[in-house]
Amino acid sequence: MTATNQRTLSAIAREEGPRLRAAYPDVFRTDMKARAVTIGTIVLLVGLFVYGLSILETTWWRVFLGLGELGKFVVYMIPPNPETLSKALVYVHALAETVAIAILGTVLAATLALPFGFLAARNVIPSWIARFFVRRSLDTIRSVDALIWALIWVNVVGLGPFAGVLAIMTSDFGAFGKLFSEAIEAADGKASEGIKSTGGGNLHQVRFGLLPQVLPLFASQVLYYIESNTRSATIIGIVGAGGIGLHLYEQIRTLEYQHVSFIIILVLIAVSAIDWVSSRLRFAVIGVRQT
Amino acid sequence: MVRPVFLVQPGAAPLSSFSPNPQRIDALKGAYADAIAARRNRMILGILVFALVIVTSGWMAEVNLAKLAARIGNFTSYIERLAFLDNGAFVLTDIREWYWGITHWMRLLIETLMIAYVGTIVGAVLGFALCFPAARNLTRSALEMAVVRRFLEFCRTVPEIVFALIFVVAFGLGPLPGVLAIAIHTTGALGKLFSEVVENIDMKPVDGIVASGGNRVQVIRFAVVPQVLSNFFSYTLLRFEINVRGAAIMGFVGAGGIGQDLLESVRKFYYSDVSAILILLIVTVFVIDMATERARHALIGREAH
Repeated sequence: MTATNQRTLSAIAREEGPRLRAAYPDVFRTDMKARAVTIGTIVLLVGLFVYGLSILETTWWRVFLGLGELGKFVVYMIPPNPETLSKALVYVHALAETVAIAILGTVLAATLALPFGFLAARNVIPSWIARFFVRRSLDTIRSVDALIWALIWVNVVGLGPFAGVLAIMTSDFGAFGKLFSEAIEAADGKASEGIKSTGGGNLHQVRFGLLPQVLPLFASQVLYYIESNTRSATIIGIVGAGGIGLHLYEQIRTLEYQHVSFIIILVLIAVSAIDWVSSRLRFAVIGVRQT
Repeated sequence: MVRPVFLVQPGAAPLSSFSPNPQRIDALKGAYADAIAARRNRMILGILVFALVIVTSGWMAEVNLAKLAARIGNFTSYIERLAFLDNGAFVLTDIREWYWGITHWMRLLIETLMIAYVGTIVGAVLGFALCFPAARNLTRSALEMAVVRRFLEFCRTVPEIVFALIFVVAFGLGPLPGVLAIAIHTTGALGKLFSEVVENIDMKPVDGIVASGGNRVQVIRFAVVPQVLSNFFSYTLLRFEINVRGAAIMGFVGAGGIGQDLLESVRKFYYSDVSAILILLIVTVFVIDMATERARHALIGREAH
């Protein structure tokens, strides 16, 4: 016994290996097909990567030079400094505008998407043709980025934050429609059945059977999106749709690094503040549902 | 013989005439009304706060419904103009004219896809390297974990287009800054998701490798990676899908891809070009969505066997 205990595991493996291999050939047989698939996939992925590097004009020399430049920028950025108080106030105001765009755009998108979420849900609209069209349109809207929508809305309502609100609203309308319809499909059907058995119509079933189940879920999704849209809203200013993005864009172009780092820190603070508030609210919303 | 026990003696007054203590009933009713009122008050307060937030936001964001109403026609007419060529013909009547720039656009589209692909791969590799020190169950020191986590947080909180803006100045115009911006953002996003997967693994294989004298690399290779690999691939595919959308707008700041052409077409009012490029993008996103979804289902299916 003591002799066995003193042998290391690798020694046991060396000594017992051949016997085990002979006893259980199935376990030790290499699956050539699976191995070929794995190696083939890796070769394909790496090949595509190398091809990508070649067409994207990435040379190590350029990366090296750029990293040097970047290092300089980081040094220039310290300490973050908006120079004058009035400039700082301008940035804070633009940040508040950004948050306002995110909140308003998200809430409008959710309000608009609510009826479409029901239209795209299998347990509300059994006809697959209607559902197919609603879903595909939602997907189309969703696949266009908020920045592109901002560009289009700027053409319609002119420069300014209102275009940003509409852009966030449009791009999230697609996302909410999809999320809401999935939540509705996952809802428990028994409540609706209960309403039906007491003589309720279709609308009654949706209002009293489905809505109470899905509303807290929707609220928590909306809160989560407000958080992620604060990030989107910081960039739509690049095309003139309001918020802090325009200032960020200008300061980067005019190489005012200390302003840039000040703005980035402002954005980070705002995003984490919203993150904190919305996660607490989300907890409260879901907590209320459970009691 | 056992005598039956009656709750109500036979011949006594029926139960319905049982008269409870009216004061107690009133107290209960009062408590119930108070509870309902408190809930209703909270609800009204919540609605008021919500309305206040919305009104303030509307004021901050210069929402002007009159302007929207006056100009909403522009939106519909804009969409309508997207469907016609410069010579006034409906786009579908002359597809050759509509897609006159197809070779150029396809090249840019491939560039866009490659920006997304290379960025995703670099980001996934970095995220993979950083997810182990960021996972609570594998980290060696609290300090290391905190530093890695803050770094990942920074990478994903700053929008990728902001990184692209800065990188365009540092690396020069072209797809390289776009790739790097997407790679950094992907590192942050995937690093976090990966570390969450690692935190949920079964720790028994880890104990086994540690007990047989494995070092950290061996623990990760033989105990952790086999458990998490399919999840990692699935998340990476999902991220690739998101990055294709992200790469499409990199051109807005000069960081390569089809975005630059789209921006110029919108700014110069080349309506049919805008619709041509948008449709190319939408179709590409659809195809990629479907392909990655299939690949993910196949991966999950393989894991289940």
